[in-house]
Amino acid sequence: MTSKSNANALKVFPRRHLLTCEGLSANEINFLLDLADRNADHIRNNGRKRQVLAGRTLINLFFESSTRTQSSFEMAGKRLSADVMNMNVATSSVTKGETLIDTAVTLNAMRPDIIVVRHHAAGAVELLSQKVDCSVINAGDGAHQHPTQALLDALTIRRAKGRVAGLTVAICGDILHSRVARSNINVLNALGARVRIIAPTTLLPSSPERLGCEVFTDMWKGIENVDIVMMLRLQRERMESSYVPSVREFFHFFGLDHEKLARAKPDALVMHPGPMNRGVEIASTIADHSRSVIRDQVEMGVAVRMAVLEALSAHLPGFSEDAP
Amino acid sequence: MRKPIEKPKSVGPATVFINARLIDPASNRDEPGGLLVKDGVIADLGAHLRRNAPEGATVVDCKGNVLAPGLIDAQVFTGEPGYEHRETLKTASHAAAAGGVTTIVVMPDTNPVIDQVALVDFIQRRARDNALVHVHTMAAMTKGLQGEEMTEIGLLKRAGAIAFSNGKSSVVNTRVMRNALSYAKDFGALVVHHTEDPYLSSGAMNSGEVASRLGLSGVSKISETIMLERDVRLVEMTGGRYHAATISCQESLDVVRHAKARKLPVSCGVSINHLTLNENDIGSYRTFFKVRPPLRREEDRAAMVQGIANGDIDIIVSSHDPQDADTKRRPFAEAADGAVGLETLLSAALRLVHSGDITLPAMLKALTINPARLLGLHSGRLAKGAIADLVLFDPGEPWVVNKDLLRSRSKNTPFDEAKMQGRVLKTVVAGETVYEYAGVERT
Repeated sequence: MTSKSNANALKVFPRRHLLTCEGLSANEINFLLDLADRNADHIRNNGRKRQVLAGRTLINLFFESSTRTQSSFEMAGKRLSADVMNMNVATSSVTKGETLIDTAVTLNAMRPDIIVVRHHAAGAVELLSQKVDCSVINAGDGAHQHPTQALLDALTIRRAKGRVAGLTVAICGDILHSRVARSNINVLNALGARVRIIAPTTLLPSSPERLGCEVFTDMWKGIENVDIVMMLRLQRERMESSYVPSVREFFHFFGLDHEKLARAKPDALVMHPGPMNRGVEIASTIADHSRSVIRDQVEMGVAVRMAVLEALSAHLPGFSEDAP
Repeated sequence: MRKPIEKPKSVGPATVFINARLIDPASNRDEPGGLLVKDGVIADLGAHLRRNAPEGATVVDCKGNVLAPGLIDAQVFTGEPGYEHRETLKTASHAAAAGGVTTIVVMPDTNPVIDQVALVDFIQRRARDNALVHVHTMAAMTKGLQGEEMTEIGLLKRAGAIAFSNGKSSVVNTRVMRNALSYAKDFGALVVHHTEDPYLSSGAMNSGEVASRLGLSGVSKISETIMLERDVRLVEMTGGRYHAATISCQESLDVVRHAKARKLPVSCGVSINHLTLNENDIGSYRTFFKVRPPLRREEDRAAMVQGIANGDIDIIVSSHDPQDADTKRRPFAEAADGAVGLETLLSAALRLVHSGDITLPAMLKALTINPARLLGLHSGRLAKGAIADLVLFDPGEPWVVNKDLLRSRSKNTPFDEAKMQGRVLKTVVAGETVYEYAGVERT
């Protein structure tokens, strides 16, 4: 970013943290997606790493293990020349009973520039952000939010379809426990898409329609004429807690197979935030189908996270394009 | 019954409170007048004492403020024994005195649990020696609050336990609950029950739109109502005296109302939090608003207020529950439930009076004579010969809550920085002044 675009970033995206998609405007989202678009092209053209975050420190603080999100943030940070540190929670004092806030205060004292946090409890990342001076990015907090996932999904859709507004998107699966669903509902609504959610009632939150979507408990109906089918991961623990009786039954009624997909628009795209349970929520052949953009999602993940890091870095004191 | 463990009564010169607005819900009194205290009891009261101080008596000019029976709070959690860093009987009693509360009933959820005679004795003695206000002990109805084995209800009652409760958890085992109600009945003991089906209440806040948005697991109202309905059936069968500790929704109120209509010995309480706050106050994961039962929707809050106004809900409790940073400064789902409430109880309740939802006498009734009758106490009234437990308060005085100035050892108030109207000026326990507002906040 040039200093001119830096000033622009401050104006269009005046946030210090990215904690939630709730309340993000279409303007802000499009600003991030435009930045990410350029990053994606830069990477595709074998562009070298950029200097935007040279001399800046990025901490990946993952209280919940995640290979893909963590490596995606690490890659994004490194492509912007940040020094990236991965906090391995298993060997940290978190397991010794230190509270989240103590951890935050400790890390803050080391003066990082940006912390990327994933935590198993909803609201934990916001709580942590209140106790530190640096920028904080929510990489997933419980069943609450996962903003960069929704942004990368929006970018994937925009690149494949040329737009988001006016499209109908069906999000299908374990909505109740899904931060991906909540974030996507916010972003897709802000961009003018129509959102449907499809799940058995046991996997829906209460008052789901109030989240800003149309609710279906019958996938055959819910998937009719949609432009995008976004599948969610169903964790196997859900069977044990009586949310659904069995994998077989779930796949029969809520898994994405060719029969159900045939009800969507002929050019409908299939998405999945990963990691996939083939044969649980998605048929293996669909995952690898030409209409599947699941690999594009991973690619866009790095581009979007670079964009978010860039946008937030405009708020760091003494920002300049070049390293000091 | 053995001789109760209590403070010696104060003896000495009489005190007369003149120029007061006397409110006594027990006798439907609401009139200008005065009140004479001698040797710890109310010696005389009425309009004739409004301006005339008997000779030799110390005169307190109430300046038209309200003089009412001291409040009785039937649900107070302290940390003594076991969690003294959160609250002791002494600090809780200072908080109570500052809030106009002259009697507190402490809950058995301590470490160890109050499930033995020696522990009831311990609480009573510690309270006698350290507390500013009357302290009564609610004993555990099952050993260790485990919900499996009944405690020695008869002996505990004889030792001074005022009622029996399973603390913050419900007795899930229906047979144990039935037996406890039956057995307690033989001793005339009151069973106070927290009604929440544990299988349906593992969530972090009220089930609904806000929980869905915040990604928090919800607790639906039915978890409360289903347990309450079961209990009412058991009361019907056993005839045991039963009190639902804190209800939070219209549906539960309907169950209680129906039970009362059938003349069952059933009563219920509501916490001040559920009368003055709703789930929207949680905002973005504010853990000081995390309580049990969870704060419900505004409609439910309004129903609770209506329940106090028409008398369907018998008592208001603070449900004072001190929690420290260790248990509260955590992600919402992992944070402890509970809010301190003794010092703000009266001021918060006055909000409902100022908003025109309930009358001052109706509100005071649920904080004085009703809990007194429920618990079999002789206080909670302004009458000749009654113990001189009094609160003098200005119902209109504005102030702002500052959690750092709370006397409670824990500062987890949901009312921090809240504007209040109405404050306690003086609290009297058995004739002794235990709190006096100095005109400025202490620092």
